[in-house]
Amino acid sequence: MTDASLNSPDASRPAKSLTHEDARTKKRNASERRFRMYGVAAIGTGLFFLLALLTAILSAGLPAFKQAVVEVPFTLTQEEYDEAEKALLKTGVYTEYFITSLSSTMDAEGVEIEFDKKAVERLLGKVGGELRTYYRENEDDLGAPIAFELAAASRVDRYLKGTFTRDDLQAGNRFFMPEDFDLIDAMREAGLVKQVFNWNFITGVDTGVDNPGGAGIGASVLGSFFMMLVVLVLSLPIGVAASIYLEEFAPKNRFTDFIEVNIANLAAVPSIVFGILGLAVFIQFAHLPQSAPLVGGLVLTLMTLPTIIISTRASLKAVPPSIRDAALGVGASKMQAVFHHVLPLAAPGILTGTIIGLAQALGETAPLLLIGMVGFVARYPETFVEGFFEPNSAVPAQIYNWAARSDAVFTEKAWGGIIVLLLFLITMNTIAVILRRRFERRW
Amino acid sequence: MPVLWLTLIVVAISAAGFVMGRGRAMASADGNIRNLHSLPVYYGANALMKSVVPALGVMVLWLLAQPLFIDNRIAQMIPETEIAEGANIGLVMSEVRRTAAGIDNALRVGALDPTTAQAANADLEAITQSLKDAGQVVTSQITQPVLGAAQSYSAMAQTSNLLMTIAVLLVAISGAAWGVLESAKAFRARNTVEQGILALLIAAASVAILTTIGIVLSLIFNTVEFFRLYPAADFFFLLEWAPSFSGRGGASSLGILPLLWGTIYISLVALLVAVPIGLFAAIYLSEYATPRVRSIAKPLLEILAGIPTIVYGLFALLTIGPILLTVFGDDGLGWMQGQRAVMTAGLAMGIMLIPFVSSLSDDIINAVPQAMRDGSYGLGATKSETIKQVVLPAALPGIVGAILLAASRAIGETMIVVLGAGAAARLSMNPFEAMTTVTAKIVSQLTGDSDFASPEALVAFALGMTLFVMTLGLNVFALYIVRKYREQYE
Repeated sequence: MTDASLNSPDASRPAKSLTHEDARTKKRNASERRFRMYGVAAIGTGLFFLLALLTAILSAGLPAFKQAVVEVPFTLTQEEYDEAEKALLKTGVYTEYFITSLSSTMDAEGVEIEFDKKAVERLLGKVGGELRTYYRENEDDLGAPIAFELAAASRVDRYLKGTFTRDDLQAGNRFFMPEDFDLIDAMREAGLVKQVFNWNFITGVDTGVDNPGGAGIGASVLGSFFMMLVVLVLSLPIGVAASIYLEEFAPKNRFTDFIEVNIANLAAVPSIVFGILGLAVFIQFAHLPQSAPLVGGLVLTLMTLPTIIISTRASLKAVPPSIRDAALGVGASKMQAVFHHVLPLAAPGILTGTIIGLAQALGETAPLLLIGMVGFVARYPETFVEGFFEPNSAVPAQIYNWAARSDAVFTEKAWGGIIVLLLFLITMNTIAVILRRRFERRW
Repeated sequence: MPVLWLTLIVVAISAAGFVMGRGRAMASADGNIRNLHSLPVYYGANALMKSVVPALGVMVLWLLAQPLFIDNRIAQMIPETEIAEGANIGLVMSEVRRTAAGIDNALRVGALDPTTAQAANADLEAITQSLKDAGQVVTSQITQPVLGAAQSYSAMAQTSNLLMTIAVLLVAISGAAWGVLESAKAFRARNTVEQGILALLIAAASVAILTTIGIVLSLIFNTVEFFRLYPAADFFFLLEWAPSFSGRGGASSLGILPLLWGTIYISLVALLVAVPIGLFAAIYLSEYATPRVRSIAKPLLEILAGIPTIVYGLFALLTIGPILLTVFGDDGLGWMQGQRAVMTAGLAMGIMLIPFVSSLSDDIINAVPQAMRDGSYGLGATKSETIKQVVLPAALPGIVGAILLAASRAIGETMIVVLGAGAAARLSMNPFEAMTTVTAKIVSQLTGDSDFASPEALVAFALGMTLFVMTLGLNVFALYIVRKYREQYE
């Protein structure tokens, strides 16, 4: 047998090079590429959903922060003022003055349009009343030119934003006539219409269904604030104390195991069940006031405790045993070693976990519906203590409330409320991330 | 005395106890700290702990027990005839409570003078009127028994409050005195204080147990009450859900099956969206992605998990619903009637669950030892073959556990279905039809105006019980699987 015969190609196998892919290899490689593509597609889909969600929120919610105003230069002389105050229908006279001023302004801009008092009131509300109130309070401004900014009605607002068109108008609508569109267009042409930031949405309170434009989220932000205060004050000490016991002191016995099992299960109980608990225990049994932020806070505390306990235990566990040993070695008691040395070192982690827990609690809605924090709230609490006991709403519950109403303006407010909610959540999570980056120690 | 003031006084007493206990210990050691058993602060803390903890404990217990006790006594005072016209004693009791609060209120603002308020045969109309003037919402004309009950209610509440103040202050002062008198240089203050702290830590840890007990008890009691009013067989086997709106019972059909079907159908749709996307995302992130891609894509996906469910609910109702309606609605395929449907809620819920499935599966895939992959590569397998034939089978129990956890999340999810799934209970196969779920019905049955004693409201507790048992079962099973699997490779 020679080398030649040994190296001679095997007759049964066709000659091929390694660089040449046979059908089977091709198939395997194709399947490899396909599989990889599935992964990319899955991540792409996930990110697409995220993008779609954010786009929907921003595009639908940002208009809620803008408010159309009509700015009209206006001068009232002393004589006109006296005359109006003498008249029987005082605000009516003011409205007449305003209409005169408005049409002369538009004429000056070269825009010609006929309109009456009713149309002005439909578009801009009770103009006369506003003017009268202003001049009665600022008599010094008589005779001087003033630029009045008047908030436009919610339908005008939506027309200008493009969400309400001539086709949407139903015949026989008392609050809006077809010719009103022409008036808005004319005012816009005359450069009188401006978009300003809608402060009322931030600071205002909820309104009834008849005034969707005036609804604001302020009171419910305050309600959420008081709830978070309750959650923080209760869940942080209780959660930390429970974690210290379980992590540092608990002997390995049935009781400890039972607590651990309970915490693990509570973390997975649906939030609505906590709402049932709150309703049965805090309202039915203990007779705490319904709809109060205190009760909401208590329910959310019970819900957040497992989260806080789990993260606190993780950060306590991360403190190396040598710290404890050193403290014990110089004569500290076990309690002193934990409270003087381990706890301060674990504090950043505990704080991070607490903030994340609070952020979760802030976005929670379902349990609040059951304890009645979803009603119509038209005022701010007057004192600090009232803030805990008076009926109030919370930001997510208010969003739900608006979403459940059929008016399209409320829908916009609901999206706007979501932006407010997400801003709070982003802020809290950013603080948590910064805390973690800044203070977390790797041992 | 208001609770806030009482608390402040207790705190002041215990603070005084702290100073005195500390001072007494120092005095007994002739001012030399080295003669003491513990640091001076522990003697003070001992006195503080002994006064503030029992005093506040007594106060909380008293406040919890007081309404129960008074309600019981007052309920006996109300004659049967009064209850017959109202539906139950609860309604009368809340009227009594409102009247009592109204009388207190009216006394405070001066709309009512104390002698009239306490007179047994007071003019009912005059009292009703002055209560209304004082801004108290009183439903209608107060009746004589209600007024009498309300009068003794506020009298009892006052007596009880006075007794509580005395008891709490007594406990606080005697506790402080005990702590101060104990303070002597040989007293082992630190050990005592540390034992006290340990007891507090144990109490804090027991809150978790108390919460579970609270959940179970509140569910069980009300569920039993429900089954007393409504046959259990109907609840479990009736194919119809149609509560009557009067809140008086009678004609309601409260069968859970349509709700369970809706819950399971929506969860199924959600899982069909979330599991493939989440699983493939996890596989790509753990097996293929470069560290750079991973560090960007993973947090971005996890943003989805941090978004509150109300946002998904709104997204379902106002974005997904209309889009589906244009495709499958009357203008398109004609399968869908309104924007609320199983698909609407299911898709939104699926998006919500993607990060949940992906991060759990990611952990589990990462826990599969590298040696198993290397062995497979060594035999010439491609990466995808290794994943399909080695990694996934090894990770399968864990992934099943993750899917079960996701399913438990989907079943318990409320806001998405309340906004996206509709309100009509239906047994249908069409995923474009509106259906409703257990959670959505809990919300609607408990947020209405019906009183808590009617079967229409109590059914929510039975639904809650079902939900609790289902999710608990899924969780325990899933955690068991996950844990068992983890132990295999660690």
